[in-house]
Amino acid sequence: MSNLTLSNLVKTYGQTEVLHSIDLAIEAGEFVVLVGPSGCGKSTTLRLIAGLEDVSSGTIEIAGRVVNNLEPKDRDIAMVFQNYAIYPHMSVRKNIGFGLRSSSMSRADKDKRIDDVAEILGMTDLLSRKPSQLSGGQRQRVAIGRAMVRDPAVFLFDEPLSNLDAQLRTQMRLEIKKLHQRVGATIVFVTHDQVEAMTMADRIVIMKDGHIQQIGTPSEVYHKPANAFVARFIGSPSMNMIPAVAENGGLRIDGGAAVPIGLDIAENRKVTLGIRPEDLHPVEGPALISGAVNVREPLGHETLIYVGAGFGDVIAKADGRTPPDLGGMVNLGAELENIHVFDAENGSALT
Amino acid sequence: MATAEDIRASSDTLFEAKAARRKANTAQYIRWALLFIGGILMVMPIVYMISTSLKWPHEIYDVSLIPKEPHLENYTFVLEDGRFYGWFLNSLIIAVITTISNVLFDSLVGYTLCKFTFPGRYIVFIAILSTLMIPTEMLVIPWYLMSQSFGWLDTHWGIMFPGLMTAFGTFLMKQFFETVPDDFIEAARIDGLNELQIWWTVAMPLVTPALAALAIFVFLGNWTAFIWPLIVTNSWDMYTLPVGLSTFADEADVAWELVMTGAAISTIPTLIVFLIFQRYIIRGVVMAGLKG
Repeated sequence: MSNLTLSNLVKTYGQTEVLHSIDLAIEAGEFVVLVGPSGCGKSTTLRLIAGLEDVSSGTIEIAGRVVNNLEPKDRDIAMVFQNYAIYPHMSVRKNIGFGLRSSSMSRADKDKRIDDVAEILGMTDLLSRKPSQLSGGQRQRVAIGRAMVRDPAVFLFDEPLSNLDAQLRTQMRLEIKKLHQRVGATIVFVTHDQVEAMTMADRIVIMKDGHIQQIGTPSEVYHKPANAFVARFIGSPSMNMIPAVAENGGLRIDGGAAVPIGLDIAENRKVTLGIRPEDLHPVEGPALISGAVNVREPLGHETLIYVGAGFGDVIAKADGRTPPDLGGMVNLGAELENIHVFDAENGSALT
Repeated sequence: MATAEDIRASSDTLFEAKAARRKANTAQYIRWALLFIGGILMVMPIVYMISTSLKWPHEIYDVSLIPKEPHLENYTFVLEDGRFYGWFLNSLIIAVITTISNVLFDSLVGYTLCKFTFPGRYIVFIAILSTLMIPTEMLVIPWYLMSQSFGWLDTHWGIMFPGLMTAFGTFLMKQFFETVPDDFIEAARIDGLNELQIWWTVAMPLVTPALAALAIFVFLGNWTAFIWPLIVTNSWDMYTLPVGLSTFADEADVAWELVMTGAAISTIPTLIVFLIFQRYIIRGVVMAGLKG
């Protein structure tokens, strides 16, 4: 049974519709990440689920009941905010226990619950401290603890890692993932960082301009992107987009090589080929694309090379030990199965 | 190996560093001198007040700071005059009640104007602000007529009603609540607090320094208020301290030594209030430095 269901969810501000008919069903225990560029509606979706904004139309169901008109506190959710929102004037114990204020539990039960949560998060020694005496990562853990203590049906995370430095972010990412595996909670996690999305999610929801672009496992959205936007958004560096046309039953790159991919499309129709940098390598023999190496970015085990082709630069991965010379000509090739084809007009996937 | 050139170069840098330090020191001395002058200017009236309170009447117009024959007769006289305690109590009641009222209601209105959106919010805010442009002197007569109609003349309520809330305090609190991130309030909302609880348990503790500043302003303002209490009170026993002290002056003569004695005693509560709340202001500044 799904734990959280959004049906036909619409949000408008005045005349402007910012979310267009969102449909999403999240299973109990699932870790779902909403990802997209800023202004795509991911945070708005989360705030609608939390009840911090009113739904314009459509329904939100949490654990089998429609919660559209319920107050946030009655929705059986807990939320972790971007800047933690832990209260600087309260100790860690009080902060974690804050969510239990209105519960009818006995004092002893509440204390036990707080202690259990602190134990899971490894914060037992810090319970009497004030937030000002904690590091960024510890503060974030307090915020997560405050959500956990309520034992909600759904956890909502609103970009909780974006205030942390890179190293701590990687560490907290792992901790949240471990925590999810341990307590098996249903989590909706919002981020603009596709790496966070890929590493943490059971399923990723990619959004743009208030529309869902694709819902799928990390592997699905990476290997089978539904459209050019998803293809470019997921993966770093971004997928190369190469203009081509249908010709003689195959495809031909603008002013370049023929690509023997058989597609049932009209002759001369414009398409875009998508090839990930990691799938594009210097090759001996017939090239897909050839050009001069404009920039080299050594990463150690491999080197990113920016190759000037007729239509612009493409990024390819070369060996880290023997990268091609700067300014020298290279021939780049890719396996046919790693080449994605998108419609040049609307960007939808054709392969 | 160090060459002669190197040594000369390093001694040059040393010399420059010394010169720079000397320059910094000069700037520092000038700053201290200015602060010293400022300090003297601030402290002089207080020293003069205490000095005068220790003088005999015939010495009053002698500008010397040290009384020739210092004595405490003035203090005994003022404190033995039973009216003084009444005035002191009146001032205290009025200052304390207006302070509590301002801290509560200014912040409640400031919070509402800051954190809630409702039609006409901006107009309400501008209307409140615009009252700051009306001078007290202009309001005194309408206040008086109003007090007369309500029967508030010569009562505590009559003295304090105009100051129970202030536009300035509302504005100050609204501006400070802007610094409280909405995340705090939304987190509390999700945690099940009602709006009044959120204001009291989450928002108010985060603006303690502003509340302390407001408390000091309001307390001092009401403790030293003169014109309105003078107008609204008629009987000796309803006078506040400043009004009472002014009765030491009549058409013929001003008993400066008694006025100054009363003034010296009346500064004590303001000092206490300042010492109490100053702590919160400093703590508030420390707290404001942390994120989240």
